[in-house]
Amino acid sequence: MNPFSSGTRLRDMIRAIRACKTAAEERAVVRKECAAIRAAINENDQDYRHRNLAKLMFIHMLGYPTHFGQMECLKLIASPGFPEKRIGYLGLMLLLDERQEVLMLVTNSVKQDLNHTNQYIVGLALCALGNICSAEMARDLAPEVERLLQFRDPNIRKKAALCSIRIIKKVPDLAENFINPVAALLKEKHHGVLITGVQLCTDLCKVSPEALEYFRKKCTDGLVRTLRDLVNSPYAPEYDIAGITDPFLHIRLLKLLRVLGRGDADASDSMNDILAQVATKTESNKNAGNAILYECVETIMSIEDNGGLRVLAINILGRFLSNRDNNIRYVALNMLMRAITVDAQAVQRHRATILECVKDSDASIRKRALELVYLLVNESNVKPLTKELVDYLEVSDQDFKGDLTAKVCSIIEKFSPEKSWYIDQMLKVLTEAGNFVKDEVWHALVVVISNASDLHGYTVRALFRALQTTAEQESLVRVAVWCIGEYGDLLVSNAGMLNVEDPITVTESDAVDIVESAIKRHASDLTTKSMALIALLKLSSRFPSCSGRIKDIVVQHKGSLVLELQQRSLEFNSIIEKHQNIRSALVERMPVLDEATFGGRRASSLPNTVSTSSGTAVKLPNGVAKPSAAPLVDLLDLSDDVPAPSSSGGDFLQDLLGVNLPPATQSEGTNQTPKAGTDVLLDLLSIGSTPAQDNNLSTPDILSSGQDNKPIIASLDLLAAPSNMMDLLDGLGPAPPKPAENGPAYPSIVAFESSSLRLTFNFSKQPGNPQTTMISGSFTNLSSNLFTDFVFQAAVPKFLQLHLDPASGNSLPASGNGTITQSLKVTNSQHGKKPLVMRLRIAYKVDGKDVLEEGQINNFPRDL
Amino acid sequence: MIHFVLLISRQGKVRLTKWYSPYSQKERSKVIRELSGIVLNRGPKLCNFVEWRGHRVVYRRYAGLYFCMCIDEADNELEVLDIIHHFVEILDRYFGSVCELDLIFNFHKAYYILDEVLIAGEFQESSKRTIIRLLSTHDSMVEMAKEEATSIGNMIAQVTK
Repeated sequence: MNPFSSGTRLRDMIRAIRACKTAAEERAVVRKECAAIRAAINENDQDYRHRNLAKLMFIHMLGYPTHFGQMECLKLIASPGFPEKRIGYLGLMLLLDERQEVLMLVTNSVKQDLNHTNQYIVGLALCALGNICSAEMARDLAPEVERLLQFRDPNIRKKAALCSIRIIKKVPDLAENFINPVAALLKEKHHGVLITGVQLCTDLCKVSPEALEYFRKKCTDGLVRTLRDLVNSPYAPEYDIAGITDPFLHIRLLKLLRVLGRGDADASDSMNDILAQVATKTESNKNAGNAILYECVETIMSIEDNGGLRVLAINILGRFLSNRDNNIRYVALNMLMRAITVDAQAVQRHRATILECVKDSDASIRKRALELVYLLVNESNVKPLTKELVDYLEVSDQDFKGDLTAKVCSIIEKFSPEKSWYIDQMLKVLTEAGNFVKDEVWHALVVVISNASDLHGYTVRALFRALQTTAEQESLVRVAVWCIGEYGDLLVSNAGMLNVEDPITVTESDAVDIVESAIKRHASDLTTKSMALIALLKLSSRFPSCSGRIKDIVVQHKGSLVLELQQRSLEFNSIIEKHQNIRSALVERMPVLDEATFGGRRASSLPNTVSTSSGTAVKLPNGVAKPSAAPLVDLLDLSDDVPAPSSSGGDFLQDLLGVNLPPATQSEGTNQTPKAGTDVLLDLLSIGSTPAQDNNLSTPDILSSGQDNKPIIASLDLLAAPSNMMDLLDGLGPAPPKPAENGPAYPSIVAFESSSLRLTFNFSKQPGNPQTTMISGSFTNLSSNLFTDFVFQAAVPKFLQLHLDPASGNSLPASGNGTITQSLKVTNSQHGKKPLVMRLRIAYKVDGKDVLEEGQINNFPRDL
Repeated sequence: MIHFVLLISRQGKVRLTKWYSPYSQKERSKVIRELSGIVLNRGPKLCNFVEWRGHRVVYRRYAGLYFCMCIDEADNELEVLDIIHHFVEILDRYFGSVCELDLIFNFHKAYYILDEVLIAGEFQESSKRTIIRLLSTHDSMVEMAKEEATSIGNMIAQVTK
């Protein structure tokens, strides 16, 4: 048209781009084209606007930026002809998305086109609106779309219906406007309109309960009739797919019936017959038929119970599951997962087949099957199922091992019937796929091992054997190193043999060898190496004969570039060399780790926690109370996300031995009160665990006499001058003995005081349960009148749980001549993070007059 | 609903993309990269579904072209396979035994066809005949407009000669 235009045709540009041999060439061609298009845009070239936009769309598809063409779409849409509008709308849908501001500018053009006399232009506008409309546009244009639902041409009605879906998804408030016009669409004969109408109806029911109620009442029977006519319709070539008339309509009708039948017995009842007919009569040799059956099964599962139908549905799934087509098996697994809530027994029957699917060559099917197996596990079948899965772990491919390991570990933790089984299975998993085992899983394993005192020997020997054959699995190495450090003596002495075990002969130097190899392994990371150093330190005391050799190994890391290793090496070397007298006390076996605390900590982060066996409430011989167990868990917890160092005396020694890479533990509270600091240290150094040990008296002294701020300075100096620390220890050595505290004592507080009444709280904690505080409250009457009908009430925020025991009485003698006591039990789910807080109300009568006192307690000790 | 439709060639070239859910330009290219990596590498005998970021991608291969549609977890995967086939059959009828080159040089036509099959990520029309009829009406309207423009151009040319 314009003889002076220099632009190439669309076809030529595509050819030129396809002829490019390299990416650079392609970029050059595109750059040239883009420059020409920009020039044309600047000149406001009319004739080639649509061609330029088409080129831009192609360039856009190749992934180049094309934002400069957005306004061209708008211009094309605003021009009068159909061809320009058609390409303009296409560009709009392709180059823009609903979040772009430019879109607002087009609203007016779209509105005009929705009212256009040419129905094809109306169709273009509806299509574009349906694909990219934003919430604002939806609000502005909803009335037009609503009107078009009654347009004379069915092709416009169906487009309007889909456009309405988009509108009500963007603005659910508009749903009610569409209810009436849609009811009319459901009576249509035209399949396109019917399909889109049914779909719109389904979406309306999702966003609006009123719509659901309305359609359930008015349309259920009609829809059932439509479906019946469709199922029984004679061959219709226009809609036929594999011998079935319009499977798309089938499926949409079934979907809507599901929505209507769910939770409504009457509606469900009225669709039973037709569902049975679909389930039995549909041919299942082609994909279309299976798609319908699949939808039908889901509908049967979702609507109100009808035993016969459900049997039918489960049978269909069973048939699907044994199908050779992978697609069908995939959807069967998928649906069985939903069926498990309906009829677990029926699904269990297919367990063997499902287990086979876990080993399928198809990753999608494996993943589905694994999820399903996970749901199928219960106490009775856990052993065989776990065996199958663990065996499969050996041969499964690498991509799948991560998922599989996580699930297996979770199953083992959740359903393990006994500890020995748990430990056995975990060892197998660690051996096969230790690199995929998450940190919290092996932490949990260590806690369980520590609690199973009769299995210590067995476990450490099994780990030793495993480590001899495979040293490639990081977490296996860690657990083994930890256990050898703790229970090395049992390894050598073969103590606590179980019947099932083969005896092995391990010398002391073998044990040291294997830890040494862990430290020397190149693949070992910092955590493993640090743990191995600690294990060596512990072994140096357990095996005095190897002490010299261990010292040599430790010294090798004196010059390590990693600060953590260097520091440990220096410190441990000093302990081995200069402090024989306290070494054995320092490296005592860890006290039993508290399962409840650990379980509680995990519960917040993980859905499946370690099974906490209730029988193993920990009791330490010398009465170190249990709140200090939490830092022990931290000691194992090698995570790097530890909060800022708290400035109490405990940290310094924790650094000394702690595995925590950043130098502080999660202060679970204990080390904030001055006295509790001692307990942390006691536990850390494992001193408390053996009763009547002479030399352990010296260490508590160091701690209790060391002022809180001193050790911190010392710890800063540690690296520069390691001997500094030793001096500190030395100097404090011979202080007078002091009996170990009986649990962390908390000061009593005056919780509430008014002119006439005082309430004091005494605190205590149960061993092994740091979250729970026992409070004993005692009320004293400060006035000179007798209080009667005395009632105390308390309230706590949500993160706390409060249990009030009955009070000792309800009358309080005057002038402090007696007290009422009442016990409270508070469980703090945010223990260590949030302090206790309580609001209280006290009501009583003085001379027959009601008195009400209220108050809030904010002065609880911080670490309850 | 269908969140997006992708046509990827065996070499990983994108032949058509249609987004029914909002994805930014960056996300779009990331999605394409990720999915072509997953889909193109799957063996021939495996099932046609891939789980991906909490959605499911249903794909089907026709010669060197992979047709992918991303759907919600609760949608009917088997039906989506039929939707893909439905779309392909219409392409075939429209172009007359369609091949990849048709979709490259007439990519806009492929989009027009898709717009008659899906709107807002929902299925629109199960009759192939209806769709073909609509498309030919659209095409003839474009032809008419072109002829008109040419004849007007000729008239102007004659007048100004």
